[in-house]
Amino acid sequence: MTSTETNVTSDENQPPVDPNAVTISINGRQVAARKGELIIAAADRSGDYIPRFCYHPRMSPVGMCRQCLVEVEGPRGPMMVVSCMTPVADGQIVRTDTPQVKRAHEGILELLLANHPLDCPVCDKGGECPLQDQAFSHGPGESRFVEEKRHYEKPIPISDIVLLDRERCILCDRCTRFADEVAGDALIHFTSRGNNTQVLTFPDEPFSSYFSGNTVQICPVGALTAKPYRFKARPWDLEKVESTCTTCSVGCRITVESSRDQLLRYQGVDSDPVNWSWLCDKGRFNFEAVASDARLEQPLIKRDGQFVEADWSTALRAAAALVSSALRDGGAGSVAILGGARGTNEDAYAWSRLARALGTSNVDAQLGDGLPSTVFAYPQATIDEAANASTVILLGPDLKEELPVLHLRLRDASEKRRSKIVEFGAKESGLTRYAWKHTGHEPGQQVAAVRSTLTETSVVSQLGKGSVVVVVGRGNLAESPEFTMSALAAVMELVPNAKVLPVLRRGNVRGALSAGMGSGSAAEILERAAAGKINCLVLVGADPLADFPDADLARRALTAVPNIVSLDTFMTTSSSQAQIVLPAAAFGEKDGTTTNLEGRVSQLSRKVTTRGTSRPDWMVAVELADLLDIDLGVGSVHDVFDQMVTTQSAFRPIDRSAIKASPDGVLLAHVGSAPIASPVPEVPERAGFSYRLVVSRKLYDAGQNVANSPSLASLAPGSAIYLHPLDLDRLGAPAGSNVKAIGARTSVVMRVEADASVHRGTAWVPWNQPGGKVGELIDASALVNDVRLENI
Amino acid sequence: MARLTEENVRLAREIIARYPRARSATIPLLHLAQQQDGYVSNDAMVHIGELVGATSAEVFGTASFYEMFKFEPVGKYLVNICGTMSCALMGADELIHHAEHALDVKLGGTTDDGLITLERAECQAACTEAPCLQVNYRYRFRVTNESFDRLVDDLRAGRLDAEIPPHGTVARVRQRVSADRIVGAVAPEDVTDGPTWFDGKAAL
Repeated sequence: MTSTETNVTSDENQPPVDPNAVTISINGRQVAARKGELIIAAADRSGDYIPRFCYHPRMSPVGMCRQCLVEVEGPRGPMMVVSCMTPVADGQIVRTDTPQVKRAHEGILELLLANHPLDCPVCDKGGECPLQDQAFSHGPGESRFVEEKRHYEKPIPISDIVLLDRERCILCDRCTRFADEVAGDALIHFTSRGNNTQVLTFPDEPFSSYFSGNTVQICPVGALTAKPYRFKARPWDLEKVESTCTTCSVGCRITVESSRDQLLRYQGVDSDPVNWSWLCDKGRFNFEAVASDARLEQPLIKRDGQFVEADWSTALRAAAALVSSALRDGGAGSVAILGGARGTNEDAYAWSRLARALGTSNVDAQLGDGLPSTVFAYPQATIDEAANASTVILLGPDLKEELPVLHLRLRDASEKRRSKIVEFGAKESGLTRYAWKHTGHEPGQQVAAVRSTLTETSVVSQLGKGSVVVVVGRGNLAESPEFTMSALAAVMELVPNAKVLPVLRRGNVRGALSAGMGSGSAAEILERAAAGKINCLVLVGADPLADFPDADLARRALTAVPNIVSLDTFMTTSSSQAQIVLPAAAFGEKDGTTTNLEGRVSQLSRKVTTRGTSRPDWMVAVELADLLDIDLGVGSVHDVFDQMVTTQSAFRPIDRSAIKASPDGVLLAHVGSAPIASPVPEVPERAGFSYRLVVSRKLYDAGQNVANSPSLASLAPGSAIYLHPLDLDRLGAPAGSNVKAIGARTSVVMRVEADASVHRGTAWVPWNQPGGKVGELIDASALVNDVRLENI
Repeated sequence: MARLTEENVRLAREIIARYPRARSATIPLLHLAQQQDGYVSNDAMVHIGELVGATSAEVFGTASFYEMFKFEPVGKYLVNICGTMSCALMGADELIHHAEHALDVKLGGTTDDGLITLERAECQAACTEAPCLQVNYRYRFRVTNESFDRLVDDLRAGRLDAEIPPHGTVARVRQRVSADRIVGAVAPEDVTDGPTWFDGKAAL
């Protein structure tokens, strides 16, 4: 007793001993490890490579392939164990280099190769194949197996995107484990037994997961291949740079890979705070759109109602003339700029700088489909904080459809029992299955739902158990965003120490707003335009006719504006109404930085030359400014960045070297203080036979990125109006039939379907589907929108 | 074939209630489906997935591990002739050859009248009685060509109806556990004390 006390006093100046720290010996060297860590992970850190196929650091170990055998000293001498299933223990003695281990590795590889076709010369994986590489480094060099190998029909499609070659498969359980454990879509599984074991889907039920591309990336052989990359290149011909995906605002780190100046593949990079190496299929495969034939290559000027090609100087001069005549006739207020959320921070900043120089505040990076930027004024949470919070409150969108990798992170938090999810929604979402509590509410009733649920005894005690993060976004395009903001204010009032993770969806919307592209509101700008007060509208990668929820207002506005200049990668419905269309450089064709939804600024890298004569958005802003006799004082993308971080307070703590030094990106500083809660708008009563409209996004839609990627375009589910099965019964229309949907202003004919995830009394329509016309039913100035259905 | 009948869905729910987790009932429900249709149909697997909260792929993956679940229709009687060592030594191959001719089917095939499916099986653990076979998993020992023909005649004439139920029937009398004898479905993580026979001293 006394001696212990003496020890305590003498150790007072020492750092406290970590109770989880253990030391093991690997090949005679001491390695520090933590309790619960696996031998293979500790060996990776110490530089002793152990061959493996099934082990993946982001999934639970299964010991399927047996390749990672090592010797561990035991009471009865050295014992062979699989290092991916054996946790470290203090004083453990591990050897990975004995003749016995070598023999074991060679034996396993000989077995794995017994049925493998060895068609490496024609296999897409050849050159970057763990089986090929490790057969060379750890294999026996030859095989005693001289019999006929197993044969299967090959390849078979297991989804619209992924193909399976069962002869190459070594049954490592990575894809099936991923589908079940990470994606939650257990649509592929081992079937049969013994020598006949194979990965298969259920007959006629494809592996239609939003995350199926990840199985191709983690397959340690060439068994799984993806259509967009199949037979396109050999790995040694690929050039890669690291970049950040801007398909949505999660900002997954990726490698952009090309050959012969063609983008061919994106692969997920394991960024610990963001995407854990996973990507969604939309982000992974929409590189096809960059290479699409539909890309704009030359500036276009409309003459007599027809677009004719022009050179840049003519087009820019014409655009400058439109802007200056608008300034002359109507003053600065008659110029408006919409967009900027699709480009880089630099793009957005250059345009916001031009807008300020022109003196207009008619600028918005959102198209009436997000939330007011006051949402950033609350204490901000990171993705990691959300995925480690003891309670996550979901207010708004279906993350699986809008921000798929954030969905994976929160699903993981719930499945590993770190977090309890409390969800509020006008419709069930992909996370409802994993939610501890789901409170359904009619559109506009968020505040009441929040107040009643968060004051329940069980919820109050759960909220008191630890950190709380509110994930908030726009869940319904057919209601006013005020409801969500009021609900957020109500949550913050009930849980004052909660942090907020705003989930606005567009790739760089947070960067654009932080760079100053949010001084106006799209709805007000379009109202002004419709009233004839806007003479010149510049669309920077924005397509209000397709994306603004209120189709009628967008149409009136774009018809009323005499002069529209559109800067875009594709000819959109809005650009076809423009006088001048300028081709913009796409993702993968420009350098810069982007900001994800948590305010993480990371690098974008150029990999291929720009299409045709297209230019990055920032450059167009600078050149246009020049023609208007405005000197923005920048000559390169680096200049724009440096000026942005000195003038925009949100970007101030960041500099170029910090971003270069940190591949995971640098977090923006939090600015502003919590906004004053606005009173809850009064929701009008719903008429007896009408349904309250819920409009939200699906992952695959009619957007340019999906529509111009041949592998993805057919995956959009199409336009339909979905009712709860009981409501559909009441309506008396058979599922799949056409009905007349009557809104406040007009009516459209739509297919009707039953969906049990839609709450009773509401009607759900996916936004921006091919052939969809739901925008006709939405009045952006109304608090909520109702729709009546009639059989036809 | 079809999804589970209304009566079988009722039974399925009763079976599911015996387990702390619904998907533990997957295999009993597969037996139920095979009892209903004589084989496990795709529709039945989809239905089982819905009942136990698993994807159809998971149900199929589990079911296809087991030789005794059939995914194509089989005859009313499944005749498995053992072809492993002892039986092979005692003339199983000749017996199979004879059976193929007598029934006019190949191994794995079903007779035209849909009555008998012929298969070769691995060891049935009756090596002292070789060669042996099973009809719907009911044994026949020391089978000769003549006794095989007699067996087929008896099956066709319905003389063995009492002894051998149609393929898929697990038991003709379904065991009912009265409410007072049910242990209760407790999830493993909710178990706080040991089993009643465990006094805490014995090493587990």
